[in-house]
This record gives sequence, structure tokens and C-alpha cells, in this order.
Amino acid sequence: MERVPIMKIGQILFVSIQIDLQDDTVLQLQEDLAEKLAASKARGVIIDITAVEIVDSFIGRMLTMIGSISKLFDADTVLVGMRPAVAITLTELGLTLSGVRTALNTEKGLRLLGGSV
Amino acid sequence: MDIDSNQDRMAAFLRDNQEKILARWGELALSSGGGRSSFSEIRSELSDLYPLIVRAMSGADESAAGELKAALAELSRSRARTGATPGETALSVFTLKDAVYELVADQADLTAEYLTFSRMIDDLGLHTFETYAAAREQIIADQAESMLELSTPVVRLWDGIIAVPLVGTLDSARTQLVMEKMLEALVANGADHAVIDITGVPTVDTEVAQHLLKTVMAARLLGAECTICGIRPQIAHTIVSLGIEFGDIATKATLADALAHALNRAGLRVGPA
Repeated sequence: MERVPIMKIGQILFVSIQIDLQDDTVLQLQEDLAEKLAASKARGVIIDITAVEIVDSFIGRMLTMIGSISKLFDADTVLVGMRPAVAITLTELGLTLSGVRTALNTEKGLRLLGGSV
Repeated sequence: MDIDSNQDRMAAFLRDNQEKILARWGELALSSGGGRSSFSEIRSELSDLYPLIVRAMSGADESAAGELKAALAELSRSRARTGATPGETALSVFTLKDAVYELVADQADLTAEYLTFSRMIDDLGLHTFETYAAAREQIIADQAESMLELSTPVVRLWDGIIAVPLVGTLDSARTQLVMEKMLEALVANGADHAVIDITGVPTVDTEVAQHLLKTVMAARLLGAECTICGIRPQIAHTIVSLGIEFGDIATKATLADALAHALNRAGLRVGPA
């Protein structure tokens, strides 16, 4: 199973998803992220999904869940670089990803966290 | 009595009497054509068709039927361009039956052959009709598509602010297109604010509102905020009467207000120079 790396940059955990997301990959990422958050006292999580072309309802729900988990560690989650097609799919599925903030690109995502932390 | 020999005999008959039949067919087709094309035009069209009909009739030639259909489709299209109705085109094919019948009528032994022939000509007439209808359908589909394209421009108002002026009724197909175009423009321009102007939308019912909400939600997923503007008084009334909730989506009366709001959100201020 492929693993998604989590990078720590200052007070922020940076996750760049470069592979096709499978259900177990996302579950693993969720666990890894929770552990990193507990250990690192990070105050923000940026998830870059520029390379993700396909999502389903399960992955949509998992992203929301990652947001909720981060919240428990007092960290904000920002999803950056979503493709239009992915946004349309999620909307059609009725998923609004409440609890997760979004930004057009990593730069804007960083600014969003910098302003709020 | 088998069909094949019927066809062969009829084909031979048509070949033997080619000159007579063609001349008569030309006359009859001219009188049925509403006077749009000249005799020589009709004559040349028909003399191209005739050998194909004979070949298709004899049934020996596999490719003849296909060629004949293609030639008829071309005839139907060129007639349609000159403004002929599909009925007139089909009629000019049907008149071949009359032309042949006048010759066959004297020979009682060709009745069965004539019936086979007649059935084939009916098929051909119908084929011209179908081609005409298909060509029309194609034109209508093309127009609908180009209208869809025309009616959904996305314009850049400012750095990071785009506007989507909507004109016409919003159905799901258009919403989909608007949504796609707007989201792509947001990404391409790196814009984090979109103004959706609905001045040109004649009515807003629950369905249209649903479509608008979907578009705004999708933009939010990208990290962009939307403002809806251009709500006319009657439409505001309808929206409230229907109990449609726009929730926390900013709505403004005019495009100017929406732009001011977007600039404000971007931390910019416009004042006297």
C-alpha cells in the first residue's frame, strides 16, 4: 500500500497527495496525521490535492473527518488546489466539506492559516 | 416465381426503356417540383440517379444500394438548400413510378415486377424524407449548442475577481456549463471571488435557486467566495415567497454593489483620485 508523506513546515503540517487515492490510503493518512498532530503541536494542516483527479463519496467524507480530527488538536485544515471537476463531483454528491477550509493554491492556503493562527 | 428474377426482369425493362422513362420522369418531376429548378437541372439530377436505381434494382451489385442512398441524400440536401420542402423532393422521386407505370400499363405480364419496383421507390422516397429531417435536426442541435456557448461568458472584473453574467433560463445543462466555466476561470485567473449576475435570468424558482446554490458550493470547495447580484424586486419577492434560503451567501442588488463588496473583501478600496 502506498503511503502519503506528511511534512512539517514550521507550525504547519503539509500533505501533498500525488497518487490515486484508495480507501485504505486515506484511512492510513488519517491515522498518520492524527499521530503527527498529537506529537508536533502543529496549528494548521494543508492538504494539497492538485494532482487528485477522482474522488468518491468515501474520500469526500474522509476529508471532512480529517478536518474534524485536526480541530480536536486545535489545528485548522485547509484543502488547496482542488480541480474544478472534483469540486463539481463533490457538489453533485452533496458534500460541502463543512469544517474544512479551502484555498485556490498552497500560497493562499498558507496565508489563510497565517492570518487565523 | 422468385423475387430475384422479378428484379432482374424489371432492371432489364428499365435499362431498355431508359430514354423514354427518363424523359417522362423529368417532365413529371418538373411539374411536381413547384418550379424551383429548371428542366435541365432536374434532368441532369435524374440522369445521375437513374443508372444507380437500375443497378440497385437488379440486386446483383452489392454497393449500388449504398451509392444510391448516398446520391439521394445529396439530392435531398441540395434541394433543401434551394428551399424545397421535403415533400417536393420525395414527390419528385415518386413520379418515377408514374413514368414507369405508363409504359408497364400496356404489358400485363410485368405487374409483379412493377410491384417490387414500386416498393423500392417508396423506400427511396422515404429515405430522402429521413435525410431531410436528419439534416434539420443537426442544424437545430448545432444552434442549441452555440447558443449555450454564447450565453455563458466569464469576464474578469479585477485582479482576483471574475464575473459571470447569466442571461436566460437556468436549466441543469446550462448550470453544469456555467459551473464548469466559472470554476475553470477561477483556477486559471487565480481568482478567489466570483460575482454571479442574474439580471438576465427571467425567473427564479426553487430549481434555479438550487442550481445557483450548487455553483456557489462548488466554488467554495475551490476556496473562492461567490456573490449573487442583480436580483430584481419581483424576483426578490418570489424568492421570499418560495421560502428559498441563500444562507450565508452574500447577495447584492447590483453588479456595482457586488464589485464593491468583492473589492472590500480583497482589502482594496476605491475612492476619489
